[in-house]
Order: sequence, then C-alpha cells, then structure tokens
Amino acid sequence: MQVKLKVFRFNPQTNKQPHYEYFTVEAKPTERVLDCLNKIRWEQDGSLAYRMSCGHGICGSDGMTINNVSALACQKLVQNYEASKEIVVEPLSVFPIVKDLVVDLEPFFEREKSVHPSAGIVLTEAEGYGENLQTPDQRAQFDDDIKCIMCACCVSACPISQKEDPAYVGPAAIVRAHRYIFDSRIKNELERLAIMDKPHGARTCKGYFKCTQVCPKGIQITKHIFEVKRRILDELHPKQ
Amino acid sequence: MIHQYDVVIVGAGIAGLTAGLQASETCKVAVISKVYAPRSHSGSAQGGMAAALGNEEDDCWEWHMFDTVKGGDYLVDQDMAEILAREAPERVIELEHLGVPFSRNEAGKIEQRRFGGHTRNLGEAPVKRSCYASDRTGRVIMDTLYDNCLVRGVKIYNEVFVMSLLISKGKCCGVSGYALATGEPIVFHAKAVLLATGGCGRIFKTTSMSFAATGDGFAAAFNAGVALEDMEFVQFHPTGIYGLGILVSEAARAEGGILRNGKGDRFMERYASTLKDLAPRDIISRAILTEIAEGRGVEGSDYVYLDLSHLRKAMQEQKLSEVTSFVKTYLGIDATKDPIPVAPTCHYMMGGVPTDAQGRVLADGKTQSLPGLYAAGECACVSVHGANRLGTNSLVDLVVFGKRAGKDISNYVKENPLQLFPTDAESAVATKIDSLLASTGNERMGEIRSEMQRTMTQQCSVFRDNNNLKQALNKIRQLKNRFGNIGLTSKGKAFNYELEDALELENMLNLAEIIVFCALQRQESRGSHYRNDYPERDDAGWLKHTLAAKVQNGLQINYKHVTVTRFEPKARVY
Ligand SMILES: Cc1cc2nc3c(=O)[nH]c(=O)nc-3n(C[C@H](O)[C@H](O)[C@H](O)COP(=O)(O)OP(=O)(O)OC[C@H]3O[C@@H](n4cnc5c(N)ncnc54)[C@H](O)[C@@H]3O)c2cc1C
Ligand code: SF4
Ligand code: SF4
Ligand code: FES
Repeated sequence: MQVKLKVFRFNPQTNKQPHYEYFTVEAKPTERVLDCLNKIRWEQDGSLAYRMSCGHGICGSDGMTINNVSALACQKLVQNYEASKEIVVEPLSVFPIVKDLVVDLEPFFEREKSVHPSAGIVLTEAEGYGENLQTPDQRAQFDDDIKCIMCACCVSACPISQKEDPAYVGPAAIVRAHRYIFDSRIKNELERLAIMDKPHGARTCKGYFKCTQVCPKGIQITKHIFEVKRRILDELHPKQ
Repeated sequence: MIHQYDVVIVGAGIAGLTAGLQASETCKVAVISKVYAPRSHSGSAQGGMAAALGNEEDDCWEWHMFDTVKGGDYLVDQDMAEILAREAPERVIELEHLGVPFSRNEAGKIEQRRFGGHTRNLGEAPVKRSCYASDRTGRVIMDTLYDNCLVRGVKIYNEVFVMSLLISKGKCCGVSGYALATGEPIVFHAKAVLLATGGCGRIFKTTSMSFAATGDGFAAAFNAGVALEDMEFVQFHPTGIYGLGILVSEAARAEGGILRNGKGDRFMERYASTLKDLAPRDIISRAILTEIAEGRGVEGSDYVYLDLSHLRKAMQEQKLSEVTSFVKTYLGIDATKDPIPVAPTCHYMMGGVPTDAQGRVLADGKTQSLPGLYAAGECACVSVHGANRLGTNSLVDLVVFGKRAGKDISNYVKENPLQLFPTDAESAVATKIDSLLASTGNERMGEIRSEMQRTMTQQCSVFRDNNNLKQALNKIRQLKNRFGNIGLTSKGKAFNYELEDALELENMLNLAEIIVFCALQRQESRGSHYRNDYPERDDAGWLKHTLAAKVQNGLQINYKHVTVTRFEPKARVY
C-alpha cells in the first residue's frame, strides 16, 4: 500500500526555520515506520537524518514523535496508523534539535549519569569469592527497571520536563536510580536517595503518568517514581 | 581534531567496555562508538552467558570446554577453549560483583538454564549452564559495565565513526575517523588500540544483527594488512522471525519450546535424537531448510513453526518477555496460544581478526605481531568458536578475552612510549570524505546493497556449492566495481548518514568478497560451512584455519594448524 509521511525537516546549515516535507512510500501494513524512513533515505532523499540501530526496540536509538506521541519508529507498524491519513514524524520534544529527527541527547545522558554517588555502585561483600545472595523476590523488586533502553521517550512526553521545570532530572534517570536503590545487594542506597531528594529530583514528579503511557518497554515508570519518593520520606525524612 | 590517550578502544559493546574498565585501573582510556554507547549491539543478547558454576546441577569446566570444541566441529583452538571454560565462572562472579542483576534461584544464587549444545558429562544430556537475567542478559551486563565506566572516568566518544588504523614504524599508534555530527576528521593518538567492533550481519538480507553491524573493524584491520581468520564460518540462527530476521532467542527452546514442520511433526527428533531442539544451531538451521526443501514447510512456504504455547509458566515468570513482546508487536501473535513462524537468520561471525590469548593481534594470523593492536569480542578470532559457536558462548568470550586484553594493554602501555604519528592522518580522512561527498556517479547505494544482500543470502548462506559460490564471487566483484561509480545525493557534512552508509557499504562489499572467497576454497563441510558438493568433514585435508590477506591484486589465502589438546576430533553426533 501507499503510505504518506509528513516529515519534520531542519538543517541548521541551510534552513532558518524548520519545515515539513511529504513523502510517499510503498510499504506493507506490517512494515515498521522505521522501514518507511529507510525507504525515504535509501530511495528518495539521502539527506534525511535519524538514528537507528537494532530495528526491534532493544537499543533505544529511534525515539521520535509519531502522530504526536513519543515512540520508537522500529516498534510502530504502518498498520498502527491506518486510521490516519498520514503519518507525521517529528523529533522528540524537550531536547535541542540538531538535524531533522536527530536531537541532542547529551543532557539526557548527563542526567542518567547524575544518579550515581561519587563512590559509584557499591555492593555488599559476598563471603569468599562467591556471588552475593539475593532471593528471587528481592530480585523482582527491580526487574521492571532493567528493561529500560534509555530511549528518552518518557522524558520527551513528561509535561514537567517539557515546560514546568526543564531542570527536572526526568523519569528515565529516576528509573535508573530505582534500579540501584531497590537492589538489595547495593550498599550506598542513602547517597542515591539523597541525590533523588535534591531540587528537581524525584519529588518534582506530579504523577501525570504521561511517561508510563509512552514507555516502549512498558515500564511502570510513575509507580517506580512514587516508590522512590516514598523511600526518600521513610529514610531521609522519617516521622518524628 | 587530535586526541591523545594511553589506549583507545573502538566499540562500546561488552567486549570494549570490559577491556576499557580493566585498562582504566592504570591507563587513560577512551572508548569510541559510532552509535551511542548504550545502543551497542551487545544490548540485544537475550539468552545468557555460559559458565560452569554448577548452581543448579553438577557441572565442570572440562564439560564446558568439550561442548565448545565439539560445537565448533573441532576447528576450535583447544588451548583457548580451555581458558574460556576455566575463566568463565570467575568472570560471571566478577560481573555480579560489579552489580549485574542476574536472575536468581531459590537458594539466592545465580540461576542457570539449558542452552543448545551445552551438556553434562561429554554429551549425555543437556545441562543448566547459562547464567541469565530474564531475557535481557546482554542489556544488563552492558548497562552495568557502562555505569561502572562512567563512574571510573572512562571517556566515551559517542557517534564517532572510525575509518582506519594508524600504523607507524610497524606499530599501531591510533585510529582516524570522523564525527557524525560535523563530518569533520577526528584522530586519536594512543599507545594501544583495541578493536571491539562486533560482527557484520548486514551483509546478508535476513539478520538478527543491528543496522550498525557492518564489520568496520574487520575491514580496518584487513586494510592495515592484517589477515582475517576463518571468515567463511557464518552462523545462521535457526529461529529468526520469518521475514524479519529478528531473533527469537534460543532461550525459548531452552525453556521447552519445540520446532514443528508443516505437518506438526517435531522434526528435530530425526536430526538429533539426544538433544533434539537444543542441538547446535548449524544443525538445526540445516534441518529447517531441509524440511522446507522437502516440502514440509508450513503451508508449502519457507518457514516452520516454533511452538511455545505449552510454556505459560515460563512466560508468566517473565523469562521470555522480550520474545513474547516481539512476536506480539511484529506479527500480532500471542505466543501463549499460537506458534511463531521462524526461519534461519544471519547471527554471528565465528571468524575475524586473529589474536593470541592476550588479545594481541597476529598480523599474519600466525606469529607476526603488530605491537599496539588488540582485538576482542565478535570481531576477533581467538579461536574459541571454531566452525560454529554455541549459544551463550559469545558473552563469555567477550568478558574473558576482553578482560585479558585490558590487562595486557595496561602492561604494554607502561612499557612503551607513544609512537610518532603519521602527519597526514587528518587530511587522509578529509580527502576520503570530500571525494565521497563530491561523487556524482549514477549508481545508487540502496541498489548495490540489496543486490549484495540478496546474493549472499541466496548463494553463500546455510547451503553452499561451487557453482553458487563462483557466481556469488563474480557478482560481488561486479558490485564492487559499481560502487566505484556511486553518487551521493546528500552533500552536507552534519549528520550525513548517506556518507556513513557509503563507508559501511564499501566495508561490507570487501568482507562479502572475503567470505565467499574463503568459502569457495574450503572443500569440505564443517560446522556452519556446509558444501552440498563436499558434504563430509575432511580432517585430513581441512582441519586448519583459513587466513585471508590483502595483496596487490586481490586476496591471498593461507592456512594454519588447529591446536588440539584434550579432545581428538570425532564424529559430531547429538
Ligand atoms: C539478537 C542477538 C542475541 C544474542 N544473544 C546472545 C546470547 O544470549 N548469548 C551470547 O553469548 N551471545 C549472544 N549474541 C551474540 C552477542 O550478542 C554478540 O556476539 C556480542 O554482543 C558482540 O559484542 P561485541 O562487544 O563484540 O560488539 P558489539 O556489541 O556488536 O559492539 C560493537 C561496537 O563497535 C562499535 N563500532 C562498530 N563499528 C564502528 C566504527 N566504524 N567506528 C566506531 N565504532 C564502531 C559499535 O558502535 C559498538 O559500540 C546475540 C546476538 C544477537 C544478534
Ligand atoms: S509521572 Fe512524573 S515523570 Fe511521568 S510524566 Fe508525570 S510528572 Fe513526568
Ligand atoms: S523508562 Fe521507558 S521510555 Fe524512559 S528511557 Fe527507559 S525505556 Fe525509554
Ligand atoms: S532501532 Fe533500536 S530501538 Fe529502534
């Protein structure tokens, strides 16, 4: 079938303003939006810029805004948009646009990094040279977090990151922090909680659930943020 | 721009990060990646990592070593397989200590499961040897290493494309390439360089590998005069999602999944009566294609079914959540009810840049070293995988030999001064880029790439023969000529992915030629390399590694012996 795409274009070297261009490609309903973009780049316009790598929702490269929703282009199929007359593809919001669908993710990765205390990841010490023991239940506390592929879709969809507080550390970084805070093997939990307790930290979240709605890995982000908030209260600000 | 480090590591997958983390204890380390580091292909490894921990049942490193040797159809260097199997348990524990969240059993220890070709007591029955983390083992190992690297101050250069190795006075002294964001040359001057660039599945039409798996590291080494080892051995994983190639992890069969042909028969019983659906990959891939060729594909088509519908428990326990979500997303299939259509997909390169046990590159593949140059991971060939790699044996290879390389690099850096450095490194990159950007030929890259992929898939994949390989060789050579006449339509420098596509395609065409050429020479069937015209393994003639080097007018083939220590080659029956 013929698929019509309306694609955000911006080349800072030649354009003052961004604009949209229309492309029509031949694609099966079961093909990915990413396949459509590849057809554009490989067959029609070699200058179209977007990132990709794994092609199946496991590397986090191709987060973008598709019909107004943050998503991975490799996880959305043409048939998901059959009801709309065109597929509108734009860069992720929140981040500075570099070229076409490519945004500057440095701020995102900086915040992921900021969840680590200076001592890093410090584990309790196993006896001898064995593994640290952990029960399946303890391990389950953070099983959801380790699905994260750092695609930044959640941050891009969060109203706080978008407008209210651009300095907000953002949902993905809190998921990362949750992964370590709720890991029974890891010792320096309080330091990490203190980082999350800082201004623009976890307590900034107002529970809009937008992040959870878009997460391509189905992580219950808001729930985990609230678990972190709760833990901050219990551990750092206990009831007198 | 010129950067200076003690060591630069090209590749931020598990091999690169392991070596980087190790070397960072004593050296100033830079890790370079053409995709953002956490996007590296290692993140897609699902199934697990083999190590004879014996947490679930009796196991020992000798059994692991034996399985690795037999799995590789005896083309494995056994001294290296011994290192792999012996050091694996220690490396797994070390990863756990770095924070890797392995799944746990009731005793609180790292849980282990079965995987293809891994057996108890030299082939008696499957053994639980694969350490895993749900079905995202690679992702969690890579993320944990990445976080540790950040904390320890390893400098990571994202979106830098490495084009060449810099060699001066017979030593490797850095790499050159360009920044994707600007198109400007970027050069790294270092005492040591480690290649950890992964595989090149994109040469084939159907692959489980990422779009970034274009073999740039193989090509850079080859262009610098290094002979590539055993490149004809390409693994096809039996269960790619039909049409897409996306992997359904072997974990699905490890948990009890069953392959069925169009008649609903469990056909693997006929091909491997002991291990059945957990036989090594080369054997299952051939079985599937044989079923299809004999008319027993599903509805006469070219796929078979993988049936998981009886595995509700494993699915509920989230052991296969990636697998179930892939098939849901891409096929609209509920794996708890319906079978999954699958067919073989290109998955792994057994061959690569020849190294010794310390990751040091052997320029001629035998004895001649190239000081300062190291390789580890899928792009290296130590050779522990021989003619066919067992599932879960790559991750362990990455950390065992990544670590060894990191250690050796530390010593090397201590003992050696910085080499003087070619003065034209930057200008050579600029010239190459400018000439590609200025190209106006009428050949289109998309066409050349798809013809290469089609040729390789039709004529040089699971089943091969003289005629097809000869035709493929001609075809690839024609495509290389046509590549000389391409024209880029995109002329800007910032994030010009067409430029990257061109550099990758050039690398892939060279590698395709090498793969076909080596496959044509090897007149026997061994592991993943199956010749219809030479269906038997021939130890007298061919128990040897292939080495392919660049010479003035083409390729030169050499051979080297295989190290056999504990296990004499025997017939490979499962
Ligand atoms: C779907 C899938 C599942 C798998 N599952 C398992 C499993 O369960 N167990 C197992 O043992 N093995 C598994 N494997 C195999 C294993 O994942 C890979 O062999 C392994 O991850 C390769 O790791 P690596 O560190 O060598 O390189 P990769 O992880 O492939 O990383 C390559 C790195 O090199 C960089 N790079 C490449 N070219 C350039 C360049 N020109 N310039 C700059 N940087 C460059 C890339 O950006 C990247 O950072 C699986 C493979 C696939 C495809
Ligand atoms: S739940 Fe919190 S993080 Fe998520 S979108 Fe809402 S405010 Fe943002
Ligand atoms: S939490 Fe989800 S949406 Fe956010 S970065 Fe991770 S995978 Fe992406
Ligand atoms: S390309 Fe990897 S997540 Fe889409």
